[in-house]
Parts: sequence; structure tokens; C-alpha cells
Amino acid sequence: MFMTTDVTDLAAVRAEHVRHIATTLRDVRGPLIPILHAVQEDLGHVDQADVPVIADVLNLSVAEVHGVVTFYRDFRRAPGGRTTVRVCQAEACQAVGAEALGEHAKRRTGVGFGATTSDGAVTLDEVFCLGNCALGPAVQVGDRLHGRVTPARLDALLGEAR
Amino acid sequence: MNAVTVRVFVPRDAAARSVGADEVAERIAAAAATAGRTVEVVRTGSRGMLWLEPLVEVETPAGRVGYGPVAPEEVDGLVAAGLLDATPEGLGLVEDLPWMRRQQRLTFARVGVVDPLSADDFEAHGGYAGLRAALAMEPAAVVEEVVSSGLRGRGGAGFPTGIKWRTVLGATADIKFVCCNADEGDSGTFADRMLIEGDPFTLIEGMTIAAHAVGATEGYVYLRSEYPEAVETLSAAIEIARARGWLGERILGSELTFDLHVRVGAGAYICGEETSMLESLEGKRGMVRAKPPIPALEGLFGRPTVVNNVLSLATVPTILAGGAAAYAAYGMGRSLGTNVFQLGGNIARGGIVETAFGITLGELVEDLGGGAASGRPVRAVQVGGPLGAYVPTTQFDLPMDYESFAAAGAMVGHGGIVVFDDTVDMSSMARFAFSFCAEESCGKCTPCRVGAVRGVETIDRIRAGEDRSKNLVLLDDLCELMTDGSLCAMGGLTPLPVRSALRHFGEDFGVPATTTTGSTDGGTA
Repeated sequence: MFMTTDVTDLAAVRAEHVRHIATTLRDVRGPLIPILHAVQEDLGHVDQADVPVIADVLNLSVAEVHGVVTFYRDFRRAPGGRTTVRVCQAEACQAVGAEALGEHAKRRTGVGFGATTSDGAVTLDEVFCLGNCALGPAVQVGDRLHGRVTPARLDALLGEAR
Repeated sequence: MNAVTVRVFVPRDAAARSVGADEVAERIAAAAATAGRTVEVVRTGSRGMLWLEPLVEVETPAGRVGYGPVAPEEVDGLVAAGLLDATPEGLGLVEDLPWMRRQQRLTFARVGVVDPLSADDFEAHGGYAGLRAALAMEPAAVVEEVVSSGLRGRGGAGFPTGIKWRTVLGATADIKFVCCNADEGDSGTFADRMLIEGDPFTLIEGMTIAAHAVGATEGYVYLRSEYPEAVETLSAAIEIARARGWLGERILGSELTFDLHVRVGAGAYICGEETSMLESLEGKRGMVRAKPPIPALEGLFGRPTVVNNVLSLATVPTILAGGAAAYAAYGMGRSLGTNVFQLGGNIARGGIVETAFGITLGELVEDLGGGAASGRPVRAVQVGGPLGAYVPTTQFDLPMDYESFAAAGAMVGHGGIVVFDDTVDMSSMARFAFSFCAEESCGKCTPCRVGAVRGVETIDRIRAGEDRSKNLVLLDDLCELMTDGSLCAMGGLTPLPVRSALRHFGEDFGVPATTTTGSTDGGTA
């Protein structure tokens, strides 16, 4: 005897989770963005299937929720890697070699900005300013900020993430 | 064996942590334990001398003695050499360092000094003196105090804060809001982050004063998601403030009711524009609103709303505590008080300089900043973020003053200064200004949405030498259209870095520079 989990069951579990988040936060002012953050935090990304559930709880149209999800860079439409590595590409970091560091990161991971390595370990991305402008180039690994990142240091950080 | 507890201070600021402050703090505790010494490691904000981070300070009867930058592996040696008794060669008293002595710290008075989440520390260092003074005054008198201090919006636009408050106070509504714009997306600016991480109660105090002054009961801090440490610190501070009766009903025993909430942004630069931020707070796409109506009358959810930058609000307590006249005694012309300048990019000594308006750009970059970190000559500095002008070294005598910068075709903005050495290609920076605008435009108005894309294409043609003179005319025309026709500063100011790069560094575009002298030429050349 063995157990199977139906895909529809998984979808239903996810929908229930999303509905619970949306219902919990529904009464705060301007609840949509806090809800989307919470969904992504819990479930890794904001799936297209989550959109009608949130719209239903907030009494918004699906188009309105879809419009918000797609406007903001933070909200991922598909699962990301286990760790997100973001390389600052803004002016202050450019002044100390951020572009070359970004190219190095792409070569090392074999993916471009916004993409995930084939083993699912790392999502590489660019970011415009991490507020570490006097200690650039800056890189963020998960929530953790790193300053004065050399290519060698970036390799070490990528190594820890894999 | 020395049984006296030694207090050691190590920053918990994200920038300090980014170069190893956590490891240093752990090593100090471990080394002290090994040596049989009792230490209290206090995690503070950063003093803003970021090139010295991690900066360790040891309390002595004469003051705090500094050591930095301290690498984690150096800690054991320093402790063995007597760090806990402040005997080895260090930097000396931190307050006496030339970088600190050149400053007048009002807004940043407590940053780097106190434990950011200690309410007792905050009060012991003058916290809530401003709010207590404000609560003893009628709301209108508080507004007039802020008006006469000369405080102007520190977010970049420089609009008089008190005038904005007067409008909100005069409006009638069922509810009014105070919104703090902490969407500090400009490259080269990090003062909002450091204030929030280093002294969050000051922001809470400033917002509470604003609430009393205009009759608001609810406040929001819109904080960018790129700053997770700041989100954590501010959220914790708000919880502590609620527990102390500093937020909620009958604040400090008065009739004032005010509560505060953190809202985290979602990676859209445009949400630093105030109306776009309000849309985002309402749960919508961050699309810019047409003005009028102004947010002071129809802001968040259509209600009268104070929208101020972090530093504007965090400066209000010092104004109320010390009086408007004392604050206005600093500065020059119509730029009164102090400003928190931020030195970043390719700079030897980067960090925070809070000083009266009027210090020159050259003093900041050369004297305090020590020039480029690379050791090469400085070629250009961008002042005021991605929408600010590129300024050549020939204009280093410009005083940091809103009007002087405007007259020179530049802007002070949020006070961020990004330094580039002589390896920079300014046509590439001009191209970046357009491509950033294309990426971050909300898309509501055509000059910004389409203009930015056409700008990238035109600069590419100029750089490739394709019909250069014709394309330069086209570029100028495009810049004029974006300046005049855009709905907000995103499209309206993107031409500023582009035109200034072209004007001062024309050789990078294959044309001779039209201005190579240090004179303050016209802004719309």
C-alpha cells in the first residue's frame, strides 16, 4: 500500500493557506501588499492561482490584484532558488566596479539576473541600491548585507549558498 | 583580575554588519570571557564613519576610545594588548576625531551613541524633550515653530515642512494621517536607513509631534524592502513605544492619541515619489497621481495627510526641544539648519556628515571624504541621487545650499554625494540615467515612459558616432520635453544627469565640452 497526493489536493491546500493569510490581514488599511508579502514569505512566490483567492477575500477584481502583483519587482510569479543573491548595480556601486562584479556573478552561476541556477540553489538578481553606498560593491544574500565585495568574496558567498 | 564591567560598543548598523561587525562583537565577548573579564557589549547604530567599520568603542572615564577598522581575526590580539582598558594604540577619543569635530550633529545626535532599542537610553540622551515641549503648546503654535525653523523637506524637494503642516492643520476631515516616506531608493543615500537603525525612537517622536500639530491619529512608515534590518528595528521600536505609552491613547499623559504602523515596499523606485507611495500604501500599483489635489488636502485614502521624509520628521524633535531660532541659526540663505550629507561611491572616507548648509562640495569630498578610494583623481560627483546632476571638480566651491545648486543647474536633493574617479565614462552614466528611468517609470505619462526608452536609443547612436550632431539636437529636444511634460520628478529630472554629463564631459560623447570652467552656468543650458 502506498500513499498518493493528488495535485488538486496540493492546490487546495495552497488556496486554503492563501485564503487564511488574506483573511487574517484583510482588516489592516491597504491590505493587498502586506498580503502579497506574507504569501511570498510563506509559500515562496505568488502563484497565478493565488490571485483569484486574494481578490475574492478583498472583494477586488482579479485584474486589480494581477496588476499589483506584476507592478512590483519583489513579487515572484514562480518559485525562486533556495537563496537569493542580489548584486547592487546602482551608481555608487558602479563607481567601484559593480558592473564587473555583476558579470562575474553571471559567469559563476551560469545564469542571468532574474534567473535561478539549474540545481535550484541560487536565484541571481540585480538590485538598485541597498543603502551601503560607502562600502560598495554591495551584495545581499537572503536578508544579509555584504560590503566591499570582491569577486573572490562573492565566490565564497555563492559557495555558502549552494 | 578586574571585576569592573567594561562597556564596549559595536555597531549593529547594516553597513557595519556588512563588513563583519557581528563577528567582531562575538569575538570580543569570547576574548573577554577567556581573559576573565566582565564586558557588556552594547550594539549601537553607526557613527557614520563607514570607512572605519567595524568601529569598536571602549568606554573610559574620559569618553569612548575608538578602534577601527577591526577585523574579526584582530580581536584576540587587541584584547591581549589591553583593548578592554583602552591602552593599545587606537584612534583616540571618538568625539575628538577630526571627522566628528567638523560636524554639528542635531538630527543624528544619538545615532552611534545609544542602543537603538533602549527606551531608557533614548530618554537619558534627551529623547522626548521635543514631544514634551510640543504637547505643552497648541497645535498651531507647534506648526509655526516648525515654519520659523526654516526646515525644508529633506527628501529632496526642499518644500518647507511647516507650510505643509499648516495646510493639513487647516483641513477638516474625519481622520488625518502622517506618512513617513522611508523609500530611500536613491543610490548614494543611506541616512534614512542609518537613522532608523540607529535611533528609531527619534522618528517615532517626530511623527508623534506631527500628529499633535495637525490633528492626525494614525501614521505609516513606508519602508523599502531592501532594508530588512531597518524594518526589524523600527517594528521592534514601535512595539516598545506602545508598551511605554509612547504610542496609543493618552501619550505621555496628554489627550493625544496616535498609533504608528510599518508598511514594507515591494521593490519599486517610483514609490519614493509621494503620491505613488500613497497609492502603494492603499494597496495599489505605485502609479503617480496628478497634483492638485495635493496630499496635504487629499492624501492617503483621500484624507488630509502629512507626507514627510525620515530626516525631516526626525529633525522636528530637536527643533521643538531647542527652539526654532537655535535651529535656524545654522545654515545659509533659505537653506537653514543642518543637513545630513552622505558620501558614497569611489570615496576614501565615506559616510555621514551632518553639518550646517553652506559647507562646500569640495570640503565634503576632498577634506572630509579624502578624495577617491582608488587614489586616482576625482572626475565627477553626482549630487542628489540618480536624478541629480553630475558636477565636475571645477565646481567644488559650490556651497551646499538649495538655491546655489539650482542656480548651477544641479540639486542638493537628499544630500547624497556619489564620487567617481577619472576612469568613469560619462556617456555611459548618461545612458544609465535613461535606462534606469525606463526600468522604473510607472508608465502613467508618455514623456517619461516613452522618452526614457528613446533617450537610451539616442545616446547609443551618439556614442556610436551615428549622425552625432543631429542626434545631439534630438537629445536636447527630448530632454526639454521630458523636463516640461512629465508628471513627476522621475521623468522631469532624468534629463538633469544627462544634460549635466553632456555639458561638463562632452568629450565622452565625442563632442567638445561646452563648459569646462568652474563658473555656475545656467541650469537649462
